[in-house]
Formats: sequence, structure tokens, C-alpha cells
Amino acid sequence: MAGTIEIAGLTKSYREPVLDGLDLTIDGGVFALLGPNGAGKTTLVSILTTLLRPDAGAARILGVDVVREPHRVRRLIAATGQEATLDELLTGRENLVMFGRLLGLGRDAGRRADDLLAQFDLEPAGRRTVGSYSGGMRRRLDLAASLIARPAVLFLDEPTTGLDPVSRRRVWDDVRSLASEGTTVFLTTQTLDEAEELADRIAVLRDGCIVADGTAAELTAAVGGQRLVLFDRDGAEVRSIDTDGTAASLDAALTTLTDAERGLHAGLRSPTLDDAFVALTQSPLTHREAAA
Amino acid sequence: MTTLTSAPPRDRGVGPLRSSGIFIGRSLRHSLRDGEGMLMAIALPVLLMLVFTFVFGGAIQAEGYVDFVVPGVILTCAGFGASSVAVSVNRDVTLGAMRRFRTLPIRSATVLAGHVVASVLRNLVATGVVIGVAIAIGFRPTATPGDWLVALALVALWILAITALFAFIGLVSSSPEAANGYGFGLLFLPYLSSAFVPIATMPEWMRPIATHQPINPLVESLRALLVGQGAAPVGVSLAWCLGIVVTAAALIVWGFRRTARR
Repeated sequence: MAGTIEIAGLTKSYREPVLDGLDLTIDGGVFALLGPNGAGKTTLVSILTTLLRPDAGAARILGVDVVREPHRVRRLIAATGQEATLDELLTGRENLVMFGRLLGLGRDAGRRADDLLAQFDLEPAGRRTVGSYSGGMRRRLDLAASLIARPAVLFLDEPTTGLDPVSRRRVWDDVRSLASEGTTVFLTTQTLDEAEELADRIAVLRDGCIVADGTAAELTAAVGGQRLVLFDRDGAEVRSIDTDGTAASLDAALTTLTDAERGLHAGLRSPTLDDAFVALTQSPLTHREAAA
Repeated sequence: MTTLTSAPPRDRGVGPLRSSGIFIGRSLRHSLRDGEGMLMAIALPVLLMLVFTFVFGGAIQAEGYVDFVVPGVILTCAGFGASSVAVSVNRDVTLGAMRRFRTLPIRSATVLAGHVVASVLRNLVATGVVIGVAIAIGFRPTATPGDWLVALALVALWILAITALFAFIGLVSSSPEAANGYGFGLLFLPYLSSAFVPIATMPEWMRPIATHQPINPLVESLRALLVGQGAAPVGVSLAWCLGIVVTAAALIVWGFRRTARR
């Protein structure tokens, strides 16, 4: 079955390889690409949004090739970059109307802008110039601008980086309602909670390859094992040690404890997504097979 | 959220003419909103003219210096006004707006057309103000309507040429500050011409440089057309302007492709 986004053997190098034969198929819903800084997330999004040409490999959006027919791809997608790219000297509404008109909405652009301002709760602010907006308002206006002509696929590159917790939640709510309306959302993030909150499917990018791919639960399960955890009197985690879940490895873990640690409370727990992320992005690269 | 349905994408995007129009509107709004920029574009040349006529004027040439200097001031003014294009283009390139435009189904280079056309219009307005102030302080043009037409056409062409050059500088500079700095160099051209002092008063080695540079024939043409002093090398002026426009356009195409790869 053809996916909404199909990526095959995608390769891009600058001095060093950034994407290294990446394969991925995304069917719809909210997809989160998770990876540490410099993993190649922005490079991948740039290729998918026609800003960058890959060295090798192919990518198609709704069956349209991003290298051969970038102009057709641009009719299907919308993208917001890491930096909010709005026009500071224009008002919120003027920004939306401009994007609407550039996308061919003509006279409908104004009505559509008003709808979006209402939907994103930016109605009074829409009459002010964007220069006076807070970071959260900019992001939300940026998001609204991406939706003005109802894209089939929306790319969000680190949509909440630099936002306070309240603003982050509002952006999350917006993304969720979009997805519920049928827009496919491809988002990149370096935070786990964001991926866990929003995504139906998470892929972990590392050294230019997808090293794990699945739901949050699948990624956690793929890491496997049990952690030996030591708590202090207040129940806070003092230390955690990886084990593979066997009695022998537990025994080995116990022998590494200091005398002071032997006095603490001990317990076992399953790995969290956090553990999975650390394991997948920081352990030696031997887990291509970890992909679910 | 009732307005968002997963309707199949319809025919999105507009042609280059329509997008140019939208971007011209954007840049004109910028000009009107950016009060300081507008003030600089108009007040600076006016101040410059007042300084030259009232402060230096006495020392340079007692009688008729206003008539001598105004053509040069008009062209200097065009340079000042146009230099802001380098900064506004660079802001689009370095702050991400261009990236966003390039993901839209439009010819994204038309954003530059917006900047250039708006700059030409803005500078023609500033030129009008400068001419008005000049007349108020004693500039007495003797030009026929036909002379005026040719003079204004030359000024417009010069504004276009220098705006295009500044747009290129903005396109390839690494930051708005750098764009501003590089652009500064171009603003010195009028001082190295007959705009403010006759070339005959310059050191001998400098005279060929001052004579054979783009702004000098323009200054002389304007002076001849507006106040009837000397001959009007209109052909040479046209050749310089068109040459600069064509060169700048080629550089812009190259620079735009280069930024696309960044």
C-alpha cells in the first residue's frame, strides 16, 4: 500500500553523511521524528519540503516525487521551520491573508484568516503587528499560516522549542485537533514528552538512520530488560542500573553497589520512554535490529 | 474546528505576476510601517542638501551653488533610500522567511521583485520631497516638461539600478548588519563625481576616476536637463544604468540559486 510519505534510500552528506540510506513509510496521523541535536531531523524535513535535494534515494508525498516535481509537492504540503518566520511589521491577520493569497485563495483569504484567528484564539491579537507577539503566539500564528489552504501534509520542525509549558500545551492541543481533522502531521522533536503526547508513531533518528520505529509502548518494549532502581528516604530515584532482566544480571548489578547504597530501598522497574531514548541514541550503534 | 476538513487539496498557488503583486504590497506596507526607515530615506537626503547648500555652499561656490548641487543630491538621495533594500532582502534570507516562501507553490524569487519595486516607488516619493525642499531653498530649474520627463526617467532608472545592486548585496551577505556595511561602499560614489564639486578642482590622478564612473554622467545629465549647465551625456548615463541593471539581475539569479543551496 502506498503511504502518505514514502522515503527510500535517502542519502545526504555535507562533509560527513547526515542521512545514510534512510527508509521510512508514513501512512497518516501524527508521526514524530525523535532525535538528538544534529541527528539529521532538519535535513530530512528540508528534503521532504523541497528545500534541499538529496544526494541519492527518493521521497514521495502522496505519490509525488519531491525531487522531480517539487512544484507539485508544494501544492500538497505546508511547513513551519524552527524559527517562526512571520512578518514582524505586518499584523497577524495580514500575515495570514498574505499566505492565503499566495496560495491562491484570492478573496476568500480574508474570511479564512478570520476563521483561523478565531480557531487559534488570536482574535484580538490579529489586529496587532507580530512584532508585539509572545513566542507562544508567534508559534500559533505560524501554525495557523500553515493551515490557511488546508495542506494534506503538515511539517512541523520542533514546533515547541523555546516555549513555556503553557504555550507548549496549547500548541499540542492545536496539533491534535488538526490531526483529528485528517491532516497528516510530520513533526520533529527532541523531547520525549512531546512525541509521547502527540504521536501515533515515533521513529528515532540517529546518525542518519532510523534506529527504532513504533508506538511509544513498542519502543519501550524494544529496549527490554528491567532496571534496578535505588530510592532515598523520600522515594526519589538515586541510581538506576540496566539489567537484562535475568537473575544473573541482577546479581551482577547488586555487586556494583557501594556500602552506602546498600542501605537504600531497592526496586525493579520497566524501562520508560526516556530510558528507551537514552538507550537508542547513546549506546553503541548496534541496534538497527531494534526497529520494531 | 468545523472549518478544517480533509478536503482534497485543490489548485493551490498563484502565478509569478500575482505573487509579485502580493509581495510588492508586502514591501510597501513595510515601508509605511517602518517609520524610522521612511524618515531616514527622506530626512537624510534633505539634511544632506541643507548641509551642502548652507554650510559648505559658502566656501565652495558663492553664487548658484544650489542649482549646481541639487542634481547630485537627488542621486545621492536615491542611493540612501535604496540601501535599505540590502537589509530588508537580507532579513528575508537570514531570518527564515525565504525558506518559508520556498515551500509555497509560487515562484519564490518574486519576493525580490516586491522589494525592488517598493524601493523604487519609495525613492521616487523621497526624490519628490527633495526636489520640493530644493525649490523652497532657491533651486530654480529651467527645464521644459520634456527635460523633466527625461530627467525623472533617468532618476528612476538609476534608482532601479542601485536598488538591484543593493538587493544582490542583501542576498549574499551573511547578516543584515553585514548587508548594511557592504552597501555603504556604494554610497560614496556621488562624492567621487562632479555632484558636489567640479571635477576640475580635484587632484589630477583622481579626475579620470571621477569622470568615468556611473554616477558622474547622470549628475551631468541632470544638471544639463534641469538647470541648463553643460552638456547632457544621456546616452552614457542610459548605458551605465542599463548595464548595472543587467549585471545586477544576473548576479541576483546567481545569488538566489546560491541561497537556495544554503
